[in-house]
Amino acid sequence: MEAWMISNAVVAGLAVAGLGAAVVVRRNRLWREAAHELVRRRPWALMVVAAYVLVALADSVYWEGGDLDGADRVSQHEAMSLLDRAFHGTAEASYSAPLADFEFYGERSLERPGGHLLGTDILGRDVLYLTLKGARVALLIGGVTSAIAIPLALFFGIAAGYFGGRIDDGVFFLISTLSAIPGLLLLIALIMVLGQSTLSVCLALAVTSWVGFCRIARGETFKLRELEFVQAARSLGVSEARIIVRHILPNLIHLVVITYVLMFSGLVLSEAVLSWLGIGIEGSWGQMIVQASDELSREPVVWWNLTAAGAALFGLILAVNFVGDAVRDVLDPRTLREDG
Amino acid sequence: MLAYVLRRLAYGVVVVFGVLLLLFVLFFAVTDPDDIARQSLGERVPQNVIEQWKQSHGYDRPLWPWQDWDDNQLFDHYAAMLSFDFGRRDSDDTLISERILKGMGPSLSLTVPLFVLGLLLGIPLALLVAFFRETYIDRLGVFVCVFAMSVSVLLYIVGAQYLIAKLLRWFPISGFDPDPSVVVRFLALPILVGVVSGFGGEVRFYRTIFVEEGSRDYVRTARAKGASEGRIMSLHVLRNALIPILTQVVLTIPFLFTGSLLLESFFGIPGLGSLTVDAIRGNDFSTLRTMVYIGALLFVVGQILTDLSYALVDPRVRLE
Amino acid sequence: MSELLRVRGLTTQFPSEEGRVSVVDRLDLDMGTGEVLALVGESGCGKSMTALSLLRLVPKPGRIAAGEIRLGGADLLSLPVPEMRKVRGRDIAMIFQEPMTSLNAVATVGSQVIEAIRLHEKVSKARARDRVRELFGRVGIPDPDSRINAYPHQLSGGLKQRVMIAMSLAMRPKLLVADEPTTALDVTIQAQILGLLRELQKEIGMGILLITHDLGVVNELADRVAVMYAGRIVETASREAILARPAHPYTQGLLASIPVLSRHGERLKEIPGVVPSPADWPRGCRFSTRCPRVYAPCAEHEPAETLWGSGHRAWCHAVADEVGDD
Repeated sequence: MEAWMISNAVVAGLAVAGLGAAVVVRRNRLWREAAHELVRRRPWALMVVAAYVLVALADSVYWEGGDLDGADRVSQHEAMSLLDRAFHGTAEASYSAPLADFEFYGERSLERPGGHLLGTDILGRDVLYLTLKGARVALLIGGVTSAIAIPLALFFGIAAGYFGGRIDDGVFFLISTLSAIPGLLLLIALIMVLGQSTLSVCLALAVTSWVGFCRIARGETFKLRELEFVQAARSLGVSEARIIVRHILPNLIHLVVITYVLMFSGLVLSEAVLSWLGIGIEGSWGQMIVQASDELSREPVVWWNLTAAGAALFGLILAVNFVGDAVRDVLDPRTLREDG
Repeated sequence: MLAYVLRRLAYGVVVVFGVLLLLFVLFFAVTDPDDIARQSLGERVPQNVIEQWKQSHGYDRPLWPWQDWDDNQLFDHYAAMLSFDFGRRDSDDTLISERILKGMGPSLSLTVPLFVLGLLLGIPLALLVAFFRETYIDRLGVFVCVFAMSVSVLLYIVGAQYLIAKLLRWFPISGFDPDPSVVVRFLALPILVGVVSGFGGEVRFYRTIFVEEGSRDYVRTARAKGASEGRIMSLHVLRNALIPILTQVVLTIPFLFTGSLLLESFFGIPGLGSLTVDAIRGNDFSTLRTMVYIGALLFVVGQILTDLSYALVDPRVRLE
Repeated sequence: MSELLRVRGLTTQFPSEEGRVSVVDRLDLDMGTGEVLALVGESGCGKSMTALSLLRLVPKPGRIAAGEIRLGGADLLSLPVPEMRKVRGRDIAMIFQEPMTSLNAVATVGSQVIEAIRLHEKVSKARARDRVRELFGRVGIPDPDSRINAYPHQLSGGLKQRVMIAMSLAMRPKLLVADEPTTALDVTIQAQILGLLRELQKEIGMGILLITHDLGVVNELADRVAVMYAGRIVETASREAILARPAHPYTQGLLASIPVLSRHGERLKEIPGVVPSPADWPRGCRFSTRCPRVYAPCAEHEPAETLWGSGHRAWCHAVADEVGDD
């Protein structure tokens, strides 16, 4: 199975999951009100995030065939995404400024003069195209990593908080040991060991980020376990697994949502640092920034690729941060309790 | 009290043991010593030279105790780390401990001013914003904080280097000279970048604590007594807020020694941060495991310091 | 007895999705000097907010929208904030329900009471300490010298509440507002604290506005009673009159719902329905939806004041009719 087919499958899966979530939210009064409140508070930020998501999706849906005018790094037999097709991959030979007609150094005429909205980079690739492609990478980093880290944190946290005793000791020791190693160093060590593929980097990021939420989940589980309805269920002989799934887990979901959104920006920013160290993910904005910053010392200065990548990164992080703040306020158990 | 500290210390030792084991597994068990040798000697080196290098560095011996109880790398690893015998760098064979001692000075000269400035600027600013909470000043303050937090450190560094160093030429782009008369010129930019990139998150964190404390019952009592808002904020709220703030802050103190990886390497400051980055770039495992080990030790120290400081500021804890 | 407190048309509002909602609605209240007035009602009727409004301590985003609060002449609502701060703690004092959280956990109790003094009077710290020692003795805190340096968490609930009382009485206020002062305490301690309040009240000659939902507390301490429902006063009378001849159906319901040990075997009488939230107040008389004597005019207009006896007033159409018939 080719990579692009997997990508299509994932997109389909996400669409289904999204629909499922929408149905659940509509049915449940608290969640529905929370969603309305969220949209009311941060319409702009949500739209910005949605825009990024759409661009990322456009770059995730592939199919074979079609032709390109001009040489490009994508051969005609490989699958191309929606985004790839929109840009027709005209590669120039080297730098050009935004909307310019000719090359930056050397003054040779461009194949598509005035056609590159944000100019081209050193290899002649359209900067706007590269920037948009970065959205997929960023969302991958934030999305996939959190999708690994959070279940991991939940598993260990609930186990520790619910069963206590030796299991709690063990989990606590694991958490302490992992936290004792400075995050960045552990991350680098893991990547060196696991390799530099996208999945490895996500895995490494997940391993270094799950501890924080694990502590929270553990603490909350402790509290929930002592609540009367849980005590009642246990005394009635309900199986532990059932209690966890039906009583503990649902009360942690709001924390999961909050944590997911808040972790997102931290992860994307961490990847930028990794790119600078040379162990980031191919095509990310971090990588673009690093490559571009090397070029700043040229005279006259080439600024457009750095600005584009930097602005794209900043835009996503800012929007996600705003949304995250609003999500936290809206899902704050105190507010939830008052509404209910 | 003493018993508590000793218990924490003991647990810290257990954690350090765990960390060392993890390090060993990551660096030695999973990587092929041949690769390490090639990193240091070059790619096209004949195998016998590699074997020699491995022998002299001890990489050719069995890894685990059950393979050979008297001569295995795991025990040596523990023995070395616990006795602070760090050995030599894989890359250039210099003594690691020497490099560490040399690097501490420059690192501290950067991290300590950064730390102090961050506190001196951040806490009063957060107090001010919290004082005006729910007004436009507060909203603007939070917005600015989120804004500043959302910019990647890389952009701050690149921006500062380009705008201030290259265009305005106020400070050098990078470099370091320990001579007291010029050292400030080299430190000014990294400190500036460090403060600006960090203050968004810090001020927001402090503000949240101040606002939370401000909504507590004892504040209502103080108002009922006739205290002014200013007095309430700067006396009652601040004092109570110090507890969670201090615990956060004290935790970071030990890491002042390990230096900032990003700032040091971008600005060419020869501290422990650049040492670590060079080790990463050069796949220098022996240096890396030492730096991580030291980091872990400092973390444990930080945790104990935090507990102690808790006892100092919170009377509920002290008088147990 | 001269007039101490005169409240007219007090309206305190909070913003909500349906616009601004009044939790205290055109409330009138009168207190004489040295009188203990109990403000009684179920949770959610607005009595705590009334108390906070008197000191202008309504928490944001709420605000006092209208009204007049005259304490010994001056209208507190028209005072500039610095002047109001002088009034707080000196002319009016307040004690709260939960002494643990109402005291600053990181400061000694002594320093907190000292602060109460030095905020209003220029005295030396030493002199203030002496006064605090006296106060602690007066409110029944044993071993006051060492207790001055104690932290709140080292004291029991009852002791903490005594500290709060000492703090509020340090400047000998004209009016003490006590918001459920004994609700969070053990029953035995409750009696002690109430007894202490009674003694001190007589000694200082201050008025006490006692906010409570507990009719037992009312019986212990109150001279007069005002019954509150849904943001308004529905009945005021002397303690004896209200307990013996309650006029308003709500008051009657409250008294009837007190469980009595001698009547075992009977079901507990309760007032049907729940207290409506301010957004859902019914038209006309607010109690009409739960009232056993509801009839035609109740859903139309709010009842006017009816004089039921000497100093005994009620706001109820049915009661007005009865009086009108005589």
